[in-house]
Order: sequence, then structure tokens, then C-alpha cells
Amino acid sequence: MSDEPLLELDRLSAHYVTGRGTRVVKAVDEVSLSLRAGETLGVVGESGSGKTTLALAILRLLPTAAQIVSAAMRFDGEDLLAMSPVEMRRIRGKRIAMILQDPMASLNPLFSVGDQVGEPLRVHENASRRSAWERAGALLRSVKIPAAGQRLREYPHQMSGGMRQRIVGAIAISCEPRLLIADEPTTSLDVTIQAQYLKLLRDIQREHGLALIFITHNLGIVARMCDSVAVMYAGRVIESGPVRRIFNSPIHPYTRALIESIPRLGEGPERLTAIDGQPPDLASLPVGCSFQARCPRVMDHCREEAPPAFDIATDHNARCWLARP
Amino acid sequence: MSVSPAPASPSPVAALPVPRRVAAFRTEGFPMLPIAILVTLALLAIFAELIAPHNPEIGSLGQRFKPPAWIAGGSTQHLLGTDHIGRDVMSRLIFGARVSMMVGFMAVIIAGVLGSALGILSGYLGGWVDQVIMRLTDTWLALPALTFAIFLAAIVGPSEWNIVIILGAVYWTRYARVIRGEVLSLKERDFVRLAIVAGCSKWTIMRRHLLPNVANTAIVLATLMLGVVIVSEAALSFLGVGVPPPKPAWGLMLADGKKGLMAGYWWLTVFPGVCIVLMVLAANLLGDWLRVKLDPQLRQL
Amino acid sequence: MRRFVLRRVAYAAVSLFLLSVTIFLFVRVTGDPTVLLVEPGASKADLDALRHELGLDRSLAVQYGTFVRDLVRGDFGRSFYYRTPVLELYISRLPNSLMLAVAAMAFSLLIGIPSGIMAAVRVGGWWDRAGKIFALLGLSMPSFWVGLLLILFFSVYLGWLPSSGSGTPLHVIMPAFALGWYFAAAHMRLARSSMLEVLGSEYVKLARLKGLSEARVIAKHAFKNALIPVLTLAGINLVLMVNVAVVVETVFAWPGIGRLLYEGIAFRDFPVVQATVILGGSMIVVVNLVIDLLYAVIDPRIRYER
Repeated sequence: MSDEPLLELDRLSAHYVTGRGTRVVKAVDEVSLSLRAGETLGVVGESGSGKTTLALAILRLLPTAAQIVSAAMRFDGEDLLAMSPVEMRRIRGKRIAMILQDPMASLNPLFSVGDQVGEPLRVHENASRRSAWERAGALLRSVKIPAAGQRLREYPHQMSGGMRQRIVGAIAISCEPRLLIADEPTTSLDVTIQAQYLKLLRDIQREHGLALIFITHNLGIVARMCDSVAVMYAGRVIESGPVRRIFNSPIHPYTRALIESIPRLGEGPERLTAIDGQPPDLASLPVGCSFQARCPRVMDHCREEAPPAFDIATDHNARCWLARP
Repeated sequence: MSVSPAPASPSPVAALPVPRRVAAFRTEGFPMLPIAILVTLALLAIFAELIAPHNPEIGSLGQRFKPPAWIAGGSTQHLLGTDHIGRDVMSRLIFGARVSMMVGFMAVIIAGVLGSALGILSGYLGGWVDQVIMRLTDTWLALPALTFAIFLAAIVGPSEWNIVIILGAVYWTRYARVIRGEVLSLKERDFVRLAIVAGCSKWTIMRRHLLPNVANTAIVLATLMLGVVIVSEAALSFLGVGVPPPKPAWGLMLADGKKGLMAGYWWLTVFPGVCIVLMVLAANLLGDWLRVKLDPQLRQL
Repeated sequence: MRRFVLRRVAYAAVSLFLLSVTIFLFVRVTGDPTVLLVEPGASKADLDALRHELGLDRSLAVQYGTFVRDLVRGDFGRSFYYRTPVLELYISRLPNSLMLAVAAMAFSLLIGIPSGIMAAVRVGGWWDRAGKIFALLGLSMPSFWVGLLLILFFSVYLGWLPSSGSGTPLHVIMPAFALGWYFAAAHMRLARSSMLEVLGSEYVKLARLKGLSEARVIAKHAFKNALIPVLTLAGINLVLMVNVAVVVETVFAWPGIGRLLYEGIAFRDFPVVQATVILGGSMIVVVNLVIDLLYAVIDPRIRYER
């Protein structure tokens, strides 16, 4: 593992401008992250916090209505923003891969499993149909799908949800990418299958030396899978740092509330703590900190000025006035 | 600072605020055009006697095949020309609006009532009632509508009322199918279950709970069917089994117009056709608007 | 797969049965069938003889039995006008109608599908807006009127194309256009919305994530999926074309079964009318069956349905 970050985002923003300039939705705002090879970063937040938009922004797959603005967006030393569409295409699926949430919807119902798994190989490595088919079989085996040879000929609707998600995983690793983005991959799986799948992801990661960005709303998974975590709220990263630190000493009240709202067994019949209120409308964010309406420790200053990211320790920072030294 | 290649964005302050009423119009897409057309046609139909300059059924043979007023040989007496018996085209068009509207609306209403009723019965009661009605519907649908209508007209003989009934009888199946589908999904909804638990009789449920809910679908379907029915009536009249002469139906005018077609008497073909197109267009546009307005789910129709 | 085929065939058989019952009942029940089934200008003795021959003095069930027996034997009665068995007439005219329908369908798909897909791929662009207007007009103009206008323009004014009859490829152009026009608009509309839906789907998203070129995404992943609803509609529409063809064939004096039906009513030749309805309906049932089976070939999901 080199010390140079594999992926570096410096103040990445993705804004949707509609209504001829009257409405600006800041789906992602000034996000800075960095990720080294082999590391796992968890991105946590409620729905609408900008997690998926962030992932698509990295891959530059947002609809044309969105404008990506960033000081720097580097992958493996290369500037992603400066790339032409052709160059970006060569990165997608080959050097950066992504898994989506709903495996049934991700697979084209009209084509066989073998065809879809082998496709990246045919496109990126010019593999012949035969060799792509064989390697697809090997890939299915590597994601622990039994009777791989048989499966190649079958169609997505004939498989169970867990198997489909494994197939999607096989597609993702087919060209040996260096970074894998997983957008809530276990959310639509049965609970019993989830653990198996997470283990599979870990194994794949170790085997291939992948860096992994794991997007989820489930802090429990983050605790198990990730080295570091970034917590997102209303399009901004409000706290990020190593997992252990964040869980043991969270600074931002939102992070605190998230951690406290994880139901824990064996602590007696305590009330479940929920966070009051709703996330703000991204088109009309309040002046100041975007969490002000729901923050139990809000101060006057929070309503006047949005906090910058304060460094609390190495790699641990939080966007909160409470963190001001 | 590197910026991704994206179109330059206008500064957020530059746009002028759009007046609220205009904005509402734009988002609503209020169908001014179709409603204007339909209202005009309705007015023509109702006040035909007052508006039409001549008697639509009587012509003078000395005035045969006169072209429209703006062409050499035409006169302002007959603004849109005359037909092969010397009848005034414009008057016939105006009275024809009455025929089209009457037949169109009545047929759609008959088909709608019959189809919706059967659809609700079939969907809600299920079992053998459903099977029977569905098999019947499938069979009916297998018969091409126009051919079937011609067949029926051949049996009972053409007249304005017969056409209305025939068209109603042919097109109810479109309603039955769709309404039944709606009812099937409504059946699973909580408010129906509550009504059952509360002890409502089957008839009450169908009448008070299901009927209002399928009304939306029925209305949208009605506007879409209006266009189809009008074209069907025109086709039937054109073939000679629709509204019988000398009543001025637009389809009949087209049939008469064909006689003068090879001689170049274009006005006898173009004008009645334009009227048909306008009415169908208005019905279709209205139907589209209603579909979007009342329930986006109905987009499949 | 076999189960699926058997099931569909059984459904078709039931439909055919119900079809025959429906036609039979309508003729028998709505007035005196002898008036319909006898030549115009027959004497009372002829009517009585016919009444006995048709077995109208016997029960409805027996009458139906005779009716079906005749149908199965291919006896659809004799045309008063042509004095030949109707079935013969029908079969001799059928190829013409099929040729017209195929030509019209080809025209409608060739125009409709590419323009619909282009409109979807370049949503909101010039092509899309032009397409919307075309669709609106196409769906509002009755096909026989389009036919009349075509004759006016191309036969009367320009003198390029023949206005009636059949025989040369030139004869087919205008009828096919008139018949296919409405359907081109319908197919275009559906192709567009279907393509838009597919382009927004998750698997297209994944295809892009795989790094496929946009051309490949559209041609391979999107196209086939978008095509399914359009082909279904096309199949249903082929059937509808038989319907609307009546008027188009009449306008162009095209010697198909549509025109045969027109002759039937014009000459009060009821056996022809009745036979056309029965045969037309049966043809549709069979065609629907074939469409269903074809569907199963394209879409693997269907094959495994119960």
C-alpha cells in the first residue's frame, strides 16, 4: 500500500441549476475526501444526503443538468475533471467499478448472465466471445456461485436476490479495478444474506487489493466493514475520520445522534432515541449550519455562519462550531 | 480551480420572477385549444338553425359543384361551395356538427356506462361472473370494431339511433377491460376492506366505494374513445351504413365528395375532413391533458 | 415452454368457439334471419323453403349445431351477387389484404420506430418536437381521409400514381401510406416513451457504469428492451389494420377482403358479410396466438410463466 492517496476529492460540489437560474439544489457541497489503496471508506447519511450523487459525481455520470465544480478530483494521480468522455469511459468499469442497490433492476432481463458478466471484458480488454465466457465462469466461481457453468446460460429472473447481487459483484471486479464503489449493496437483501455478502466483499477486497467506498445508512455495517467513515448531511460531509475514533468520540451532534440511535441489546428497556425533524430542502438551505434546526446543542453562531471543517486529530475533522479549538 | 466542461450557468439573481398566474398556466398546460374547439362545435351544433345560411338537405341543381367563395366561379352565397346536388357545404358542415356530437357523446356514454358496470361487476365479484364477462370481452375484442359494427348495421339497418347503439355495443369492451383492472387493484386497498368489515353489502361497496374511484379512469377513457367513435361513425357513414342520407353527417359528405374527386372538386373532400380532424384532435388533446392531470398512473392508456 | 404453448392454444380455441356462438346468436336473435339470408326480391314460397332449409323451425341448439357443422366443412354460404361459395371469394381476396397490411405495417414501423427512438435519445430537441406534432396529427386524421387527400394530390393534380385497383407496386403505395399513417404515429409515440423509460432504468445505468460507449448502451441494452412494447402493439395493430382496411380498400378499390365486405353491404349480400365477420374474427384470434408465441421467443421471461 503506497502512501499516495488513490482517490482524492478536494471541495467537490455538484449543483443542479433549474428554473432558469432561480433554483440551485446543492446535492453535494464542498466534499473533501481521500482514500488510499486497500482502504475501506464508509459514507453514511440519511436518504437525500447526497451519498449516491457523490458516487455518480466521481464517475461523472450525473445528468447534464448537474454542474460539477471541484478544486481537484484525482484518481491514481490523474485529474478526473480534465478527462474527455472517451477517457472517462475507459475508467468506468475498468479502473473504478460500482455496485448499485437493486440487483434485479441492475441486470438486463433480456441477456444471459454470461453475456452480462463477460461484457466489460469484451469492451475493455477486447476479449473474444469465447474467452470472455470462460472468464465469466471463473468470475462467478470467485464470488462463490455454485454450478457456475450452468448459471452462465441462465437469465437474471431465474436467480435469487442474493445470487444476483453476487453476479453484480462479479461484473464489478471483472476487469480488476482499483476502486470499488458499493451503493447500499445489502439494503435490498434479506438479513440472513447480508452477512454473507459483506463477507464476500471483504474477501474480494483482500484478494484484489481493492479500495472500497461503502455507501450506506447503516452504521452497524460501517463498524464492521470500514476503516474510516465520512458522515454526510444535506450534501456536506459533517464529520470524517477513522471508524474507531468516530464511534468512541464523535464530535458533531448529528454523528452523536446517529450512533446513539443504533438499538443495542442488553442495555435494559431504554427508549429508542430518534432525531427530531426532517432533513432540510436542498434548494433552500438556511444561512449558517444546515443542521441548526435539529441540533440539540445549537448556538447563536451556528445560525449566522456555516462552520468550516475543523481538524480535531489526524484524519479526524468535523464541521461544527463545537469543534473550534 | 478546475471546472468540469459544463454549460455556463446564468447567475442565480439574473432571472426575473415569473408572475404566479402565468406560471400556473404553464405548469398546468390548461387545454385552451381543445376546449375552444369543442365549445365552438357544440355551439354550432346547438344553434345550427340560426347559424347556417342555407337548408342543409335541399339544394338547387342549378348550383351544383360551385367552388368556395375565394375561387373563380364561387360566390359569397356559398362560402365553402356546394355539392353534387347543389347543397351548401357550410350549412351541411354546421348541421353535421350536431350529428357528430350527438352520436359521439351518446355512444361514448352508452359504452362507458355499460363497460364500467360490467367492469366493476367482473372485477369485484370475481369467480364465474368474472370468467363469463372476461371471455365475452375477449371475444368481442377479437372482432375488429369496424367490421363488427358493419355487420350489426347490416342486420338492423342504418339509422342515427341504431348507430349510437351499435357503436356503444362495440366499444364497451374497451372500458370493461380497463375498469376491471382498476377494480382488481382497488379491491386490495384498505378502504374496501374496512367497508367489508363494517358489513356493507356487495352492492353498496360497488356503488359507493368503487364507482367514484374508477370515475377518473372512466372519464379519461371517455375522452380518448370520443375520437375513436367519431372516426368510426364517419367511416360507417362513408361506407353507407352509418347515418343515412339526406342527413348531413361529415362521413356521408366525404362519400359524396368522392364522386367529385377525380374531377378536382377538392372542397367537398377537404372541408368535412378538416372538421373531423379538428374534433378528434380536440378530444385527443383533452384526453391527454386529463390523463396527466387526474392520475399519472393512467399513462398506460 | 410446452405448457405455455398448450395453454395459449387452448385459449384460442375457446375464443373461436365463443366467436361462432356470438355471430350465430346475433343473426338468429335480432329479427328474422330469412330476410337477411334470402336474395332480394324472393317470393314467399322461397322464404318458406329457406326457413325449412335453415331449420328455423327447430331448436336453437340444433340450429347452432348445423351452423357450426357447415362452418367446419367450409360452407359459408353462397354469395348472391357472385353466385360462388363465399369461402372461395374470401380466400381469393385475402392475399391482397395481407399484402396491403404488411406493406402498411412495414411503412409504419420503418417510420415509427427510428423516429420514436431518435426523439427519446434527443429528448426535447428538434426531432422530438417535430415528432410530437406528427404524432398528434397522425392520430387525429382518419385513414380514409388521408387516402382521399392522397388521391387528390398524387392522382388528380400530379397524375403520378393510379387512384384505384391493384397490380403494380405503384398501386400499393398510396393505400399502404393511408393505412399505415395512423399506426406510424402510434408506434412512434410508444417507441419514444418506451425508450425513455428504458434509458432511465437501472440496468442502463449499470451499462454506463461498465464503461460502455453510449452507442453500445443504446444499441445493445436499450434498444431490444424498448422494442418489446412496440412489437406487442404492432401485433395488436396488425389486427386493427384488418379493421380499418375496410375503408381504405373501398377508397382505393383495392381488391381485398375489406372491399369484399363493402360489396357485401352495398349489394345486400348478407352471406358475404356474415362470413367476413367470422373469418375476420378467427384470423385475429389466430394472429394473437402467433404474437404471443413470438413474444416468448424474444423475451425469455415469458417462457417460464405458468
